[in-house]
Amino acid sequence: MLLSLIIFVPLLGMIVVLLLPRDSEELIKRVTLAFTLIPLALAVYLFIAYDRSDAGTQHAVSVPWIETFHINYHVGIDGLSVTLMLLTALLGPICVLASWRNIEKGIKAYMALFLLLETGMLGFFAALDLFLFFVFFELTLLPMYFLIGVWGGPRREYAAIKFFLYTLFGSVLMLVALIAVYLNSSIIPEERTFDIPTLISLAGETEHALADPTFQIWVFLGFFIGFAVKVPIFPFHTWLPDAHVEAPTAISVILAGVLLKMGTYGLVRINMAMFPEGMAFFTEVTEETGLWGYSLALLGFVNIVYGSFCALAQTDFKKLVAYSSIGHMGFVILGLAARNTMGVNGAILQMFNHGVISAMLFLLVGVLYDRAHHREINGFGGLGNRMPIYMGITTLAFMASLGLPGLSGFWGEALSLFGAFQEFEILAILSTIGIVVGAAYFLWTLQRVFLGKLNPKYEELPEINKREILTLVPLGILTIVLGVWPNFALDMFRESVAELTKLMGTFQAGL
Amino acid sequence: MKPLENIPSLAYFTPEILLVIFAAAVIILDLLVKNRESQKVAYLALIGLGSALVAIIVTNSISASSEPVPLFWGMIQLDGFAVFFKILLLLATAATILFSLRSEELDAKLKGEYYALLLAVTFGMFLMASSTNLLMIFIALETVSLTSYILAGFLTHSPRSSEAAFKYITYGAVASGTMLFGLSLLFGMTGTGDLSEISDQLVILLAPEQETPLVTPLALLISITFILAGIGYKIASVPFHMWSPDVYEGAPIPITAFLSVASKAAGFALLLRFFYTGFADTKIMHSIDLGLLLAIVSALTMTIGNLAALPQQNVKRLLAYSSIAHGGYLLMGAVLLTSGNAAIVERGVGAIIFYLIVYFFMNLGAFYVVVLIANEAGTEMIDGYRGLSSRAPLVAGAMAIFLFSLTGIPILAGFFGKWILFTAVLEGKLYWLAFVGLINSVISLYYYARIVKVMYFEAAEDTDKLSFSKGTFALLSVFVVPTIFIGLLNIFYSLSGNIRLQ
Repeated sequence: MLLSLIIFVPLLGMIVVLLLPRDSEELIKRVTLAFTLIPLALAVYLFIAYDRSDAGTQHAVSVPWIETFHINYHVGIDGLSVTLMLLTALLGPICVLASWRNIEKGIKAYMALFLLLETGMLGFFAALDLFLFFVFFELTLLPMYFLIGVWGGPRREYAAIKFFLYTLFGSVLMLVALIAVYLNSSIIPEERTFDIPTLISLAGETEHALADPTFQIWVFLGFFIGFAVKVPIFPFHTWLPDAHVEAPTAISVILAGVLLKMGTYGLVRINMAMFPEGMAFFTEVTEETGLWGYSLALLGFVNIVYGSFCALAQTDFKKLVAYSSIGHMGFVILGLAARNTMGVNGAILQMFNHGVISAMLFLLVGVLYDRAHHREINGFGGLGNRMPIYMGITTLAFMASLGLPGLSGFWGEALSLFGAFQEFEILAILSTIGIVVGAAYFLWTLQRVFLGKLNPKYEELPEINKREILTLVPLGILTIVLGVWPNFALDMFRESVAELTKLMGTFQAGL
Repeated sequence: MKPLENIPSLAYFTPEILLVIFAAAVIILDLLVKNRESQKVAYLALIGLGSALVAIIVTNSISASSEPVPLFWGMIQLDGFAVFFKILLLLATAATILFSLRSEELDAKLKGEYYALLLAVTFGMFLMASSTNLLMIFIALETVSLTSYILAGFLTHSPRSSEAAFKYITYGAVASGTMLFGLSLLFGMTGTGDLSEISDQLVILLAPEQETPLVTPLALLISITFILAGIGYKIASVPFHMWSPDVYEGAPIPITAFLSVASKAAGFALLLRFFYTGFADTKIMHSIDLGLLLAIVSALTMTIGNLAALPQQNVKRLLAYSSIAHGGYLLMGAVLLTSGNAAIVERGVGAIIFYLIVYFFMNLGAFYVVVLIANEAGTEMIDGYRGLSSRAPLVAGAMAIFLFSLTGIPILAGFFGKWILFTAVLEGKLYWLAFVGLINSVISLYYYARIVKVMYFEAAEDTDKLSFSKGTFALLSVFVVPTIFIGLLNIFYSLSGNIRLQ
C-alpha cells in the first residue's frame, strides 16, 4: 500500500497540475514540488524501516490486473530497489527546484510530464511482475521524448527522436524475450506467469524449459540489448551525448541519475537473477563458452576506456560530463560481469553513487550555463575568483567523480575493480586507465574553468544562488557520508546481493 | 442446427432489412427537405443505424443458444463472430456519418445519396461478416466494392477524387475477377458452395487412402491464392495494395477513414470465416503450405506499408500507408489459422479481434483529427500541423495519443493490441515473422513521430487559435478515452477471447 502510494502520488500530482489554470505558474511549481516531496518522505521512511537482515521482498502487494494473461499488479522492494527508489525520489524535488527559473514556456505541461516520468521510474524499481516492469520501463519513454523535444536546446528534435528510436529498438527485442519467457514458463497455458519471483525459481529448476541453457542465452540477449541501450553500453551509446547536450538541466539530471540506472537495474533484476545460465555464458571463460566468456567484461572495459578518452576530447562542458557518465557506467558493467559478491556489491553501490554524483555535475553545468549561456570550457577561465562557492562545490563533485578516496565515487569503483580482478585480471588492470584519464579530464577542466586569468566578459557573473545551493547540498552531503561510511548503503542490499549470488553460484562469504 | 428456410430466416435478418429500409427512406427524405437542412438526412441515417443496432442485440438474444444459426438455407450464418463484426462495422459507419456532418469538403447537395450509400455499404459488410457460401461471399464483396467506388469518387469537382474512384474500380475489377476464378476452382473440386460442406469434402478428397487423388494440395493452393486476391484487395495487402494510397488521398476524408477501418475489418471477417469454416480440418490447412504464403504476404505488407509511409508529406496519404502496414500486422494473426493447432488458431482469431477493436478507436480518431484540421486550417499536409500544440492543444494532444498508440507505445491501447498479436505469433513459433513485425513497429515510430514533432517541437507560422465546438471535443473523447484505457482493463481481453468462430 505504502509502495503503491509512492508510485502513484506523482501521477495524482500530474492530474492536479493539469487541472490548474495555465497562468498560475508559481502555484503549478509549488504543487509539483509538494507532489515530489511526498514520495521523498515516504521513500526515506521505507529506507529507514527496511529490514536489512532480510533478503526477501518487503512491502509486497499483488493484485490481479489482466487475468486473461495472468498479469498481476505485483510490487515489492528489496535492498536494491529501495536504494534506487530513494535516489529517484530524492532527485524529484531537486529537479523541480532546478527547473524553477529556467523553463520559460509551457511550465504546466513540463511539470505534468515530469511527474508522469517520476511515476514511471518509481514503478519500474518496484515492479515484480515482468509485464508491469516492462510497462513502467516504457512509460518513461514518452515524457522523456517530449521533455527533450520541446524544452531542449537547438538540436532537440534530432536528439529526442534518436533517443526514442534507440530505446524503442531495444525494448522491442526485450518484448520478444519477455513473451518467450512467458510462453515457456509453463506448458499448460493456464499456468503461465509473468511473476518475477516465480520465474526466478522456475529458472532454477533443472529440466524446466526456462532453465535450458540455449534458451537462456537467447532471452538473455533480448533483455540485454534492451537494457544496454539504456545504460548505455558501447556500441548502443550514441544517443546519450546528443540527448544530454540538448536536454534541459533537470532532465539531464534525471537522465544520468535515474534512467541510466534503469538499464543496470534491469540487468541485475532480470538478466542475472532469471537467466544465470545465460549470464554465465557471457561472463565465465570455460571450454564451452570460449571467448564469449569475456564479452560482458570486455564491454565494461570498452565503456570505461572509450568513455573516458571521449570525455578528455570534449570542449563542451555538458558533453564532457555525458561521456564521463558512459565511462562510469562501465564500472557497473565490469562489476556485474565479475558476478561475485564483491563485484556485484560494488556495481550496485556505483549505480547509486553515480546517480548522486552525475546529478551534481549536471546541476553544476546548468548553473554555469544559466549565467554565461554557453558551455564552452575554453571560453571561461579564472572563475574561481568570481564564484568561490560554486568552485568549491564543483571541486567536491569532480573529486567524488574521479574517485578520490574519502568520497563516495571511490568505493563503487574500487569494489567493482576488486571484484573484476578476481575473474578478469588483465581487463581489471587495464580498466584503471579510465580512472587515470578521469582524473586528467576533471582536473584539466577545473584548471580551464576556474584557474588562470578571469575572462573580462565574466567580471559581473553572479555567484551561485541559494536555490541552486539547496539543490546541490543534499547530494554533496551524500557523497561525503557515503565516502566515509559506505556501509550506509551497502548494508541495504548486502543480503539481497548474497541471495542473488547464491542463485548464480558465485556467493562469497565475508564483505 | 439445421439451416432455416427463407421465411423463418427473415426474423434473424431484421438488422440488414432495417438498413435497406432506412437507405431508401434517406433518399426519399432527401427529396423532401431543403438543401440547408441536409443534416436531417444524416440524422435519419443515424437513426437507421441505431435501430439496426437494437435489432442486432434483439436477434442475438432470441437466438440465445451458443449454437450458430444458419439462415436462408445456409447462405449466411448468425453467430457471435458475426454479431461482433456487425456492431463494429455499424459503429464505424456511425462515426463516418458524424465526421461527414462536420466535414466541409462534401457537397451539401449530394448528401442524400451519400448517406444512403453509406447504409448500403454497411449492409454489404454485414453480409461479408456472415456469409458461409462461396456465392454469397462473392455477392457481398461486390456489393461493398460497387458502393465504395461511388463513395470514393464522391467529390465530383475534384479530379483527384475521380482518379481515385477510377483506380479503385480498375483494380477492384481485376481482383474480383481473379477471386471469382478461384471460387469456381474450389467449387469445381468440391462440388459445393457451402463452406462447411467444402471442409467435409476436402477431408474425403485429400485422404491419404485415395489411390489417385482427385484433388491435390497444389490445386487447392492455387485456388486459395486466387481467392486471396479478392480478399487481399479488400484489406489492402501486398501486392493488391496499390489502389489504397491514391484512393485514400483522393476520397473524402470520412470515406478514407471508413475504408481504412470498416473495409479492412469486413475483409478480415471474411478471411477468418472462409479459412476457419472452409478448412475446418486444421491438418489440411497445414498440408498446403498456405502458411508460408500468408506469412510472406504479411511481412511484405507491413514492410512496404511502413517504408512507403516514411517520406509522405500528406497526412491522409501517410495514414493510408500506415493502414496498409496495420493490415500486415493483422495478417500475422491470420497466418496462425494455418498452424494446424486448434489452440493457436483460437489465439490468432482472438488477437485479430482485439486488435481490430483497438484499431477502430485509434485509427478513426486520427482520421477525425485530420477532418478537423482540414476544416479549420484548410490543409492536409504535415506542414499544416506546425505548432498545432499551441493553436489547438487538446486536438494536438489527442492526435499525439492516436499516433503513439498506432506505433504501439505502452500504456496506450495499440501496444496491448500488438502485444497480444505478437504473443500469439510467437506461440505459433513464427519467430522470424514476429521479428519482422517488431522491427516494423520501430520504423513506424519515425513517421508517426514526425507528425508529433511538427505539432509540438516547431512553432506555427500562423498563431491564431483554432476553435472547435463542444460536440467536437465530445466526439474526440469517444476515441481518446478508449485509446488510453482499453489495454488496461481485463474486460476487453475476456471479451475478445469469448468471440469464437463456429
